[in-house]
Parts: sequence; C-alpha cells; structure tokens
Amino acid sequence: MLTLHLHYFAIFREQAGKPSEKHSTHASTAAELYTELQQLYDFKLPPSQVKVAINQEFCDWQQRLESGDHVAFIPPVAGG
Amino acid sequence: MLSSFKFSIDAIDVARLQDNLSHPSAGAVVTFEGRVRNHNEGQRVVRLEYEAFIELASKEGQRIIDEALKHHTIVTAHCVHRTGLLEIGEVAVWIGVSAGHRGAAFDACRYIIDQLKQRVPIWKKEHYDSGNSGWIHCDTTPNNPTSL
Repeated sequence: MLTLHLHYFAIFREQAGKPSEKHSTHASTAAELYTELQQLYDFKLPPSQVKVAINQEFCDWQQRLESGDHVAFIPPVAGG
Repeated sequence: MLSSFKFSIDAIDVARLQDNLSHPSAGAVVTFEGRVRNHNEGQRVVRLEYEAFIELASKEGQRIIDEALKHHTIVTAHCVHRTGLLEIGEVAVWIGVSAGHRGAAFDACRYIIDQLKQRVPIWKKEHYDSGNSGWIHCDTTPNNPTSL
C-alpha cells in the first residue's frame, strides 16, 4: 500500500471537490491510479486526453509510483 | 540578457514589461497580447477564469522561452500569464521578444504563444451570460461548445 499526495486542477479539482489530498492506494502505476480515481470521483476525461505529472515533472503513464510521490493529472490545457 | 516566464495574479502592466525589451542591439521588438474576448463558439462570455499548476507551468514555460532563445536569433524573450478572474478586454497573456531583425522576433513570438497553448498546464474557464460555465477543452458532454 502506497501513500501519495494527489493534486487536482481545474475540472478535476471541481469534480473531486478538493485541491489536494493524501491518498492510500494499491495502484502501482499512474495509469492504474487514474482508473481508480475515475471510479472514485467520476472523472469522465479518457486517459488519452490527460497527462500525468509526478513530483512536478511530466512523466509516462506506466511510471511506477512510490510512497510520498506528488501526483497530478493534467486535463487538456487552454492557456493563452 | 535575462529572459523569463512568469505568472501574475494582478493586472499585467504592459508598459512596464515593454521596458525589459530595450537593448542597443535590438532593431526589432515584437509583442503579443492575448485578451479576453466577449464571445466563443456562439456563446456570450462575461468573464474568464485562469488556473495554473504554477510549479510545473513555470518550468515548462521557461523551457519554451529557452527553446525560443536557442532556435531563433533573438536578444531576449519574456512571457507573463494571468491567473484568477479576468474581465472582458483584460490582457490574459503578454509575450515580448526583441531581436536584431524582425523575422526572428516574429517567429520567436509566434513559437512561444503556440507552444504555450499546447504544453503549459494552464486552464481556462469561460463564464457565459446564460449563467453556465465550462472548462475549455475539458467538457465531455456531447454537443457542448466547450468540448473537444
């Protein structure tokens, strides 16, 4: 069981109802974690439209998670 | 010369930022302002809300500035992006580039805004006069104008 720090932005923040939280999980990759959170908070965006950041750097969906990681899922961006 | 990518919660002071672009070798200065527009996809927009993943967005924004400096013959490049609630007409993003000649200044400025829109974790929520609102590119509801 891993304990992670999750950070939510924009539509994910609104759907989760919080900007961040500590989360315990059996997920071992970012992809598994996203599937879990989709069920928990009813996130509708498919992974193909989402990016992942671990410890404030973009990373691969298959990256292994470690306890204490800060994980953020990035919905489609719209700056400018 | 120093180049930078920054966020501002306060109104962007364009005149002050422009001063950063002066350099004796800069024969061309190109600036771009992205402003809040009162309509999008057939809906009347009354205000916008910008949210950013500041730590990652600052890093990614600085990478874009560094790429512009590496690939174009320019003197300096700066970008400032707003966060928070913005009213119609306010400057949401300002980009300024100075270079020896105009071609590189135009190209670098275009590169920065195009890359910013694709890569930097910033999100925009439009508030409409109907009372509805939506995160741009994020709504998965069919037939919603803010959906992909």
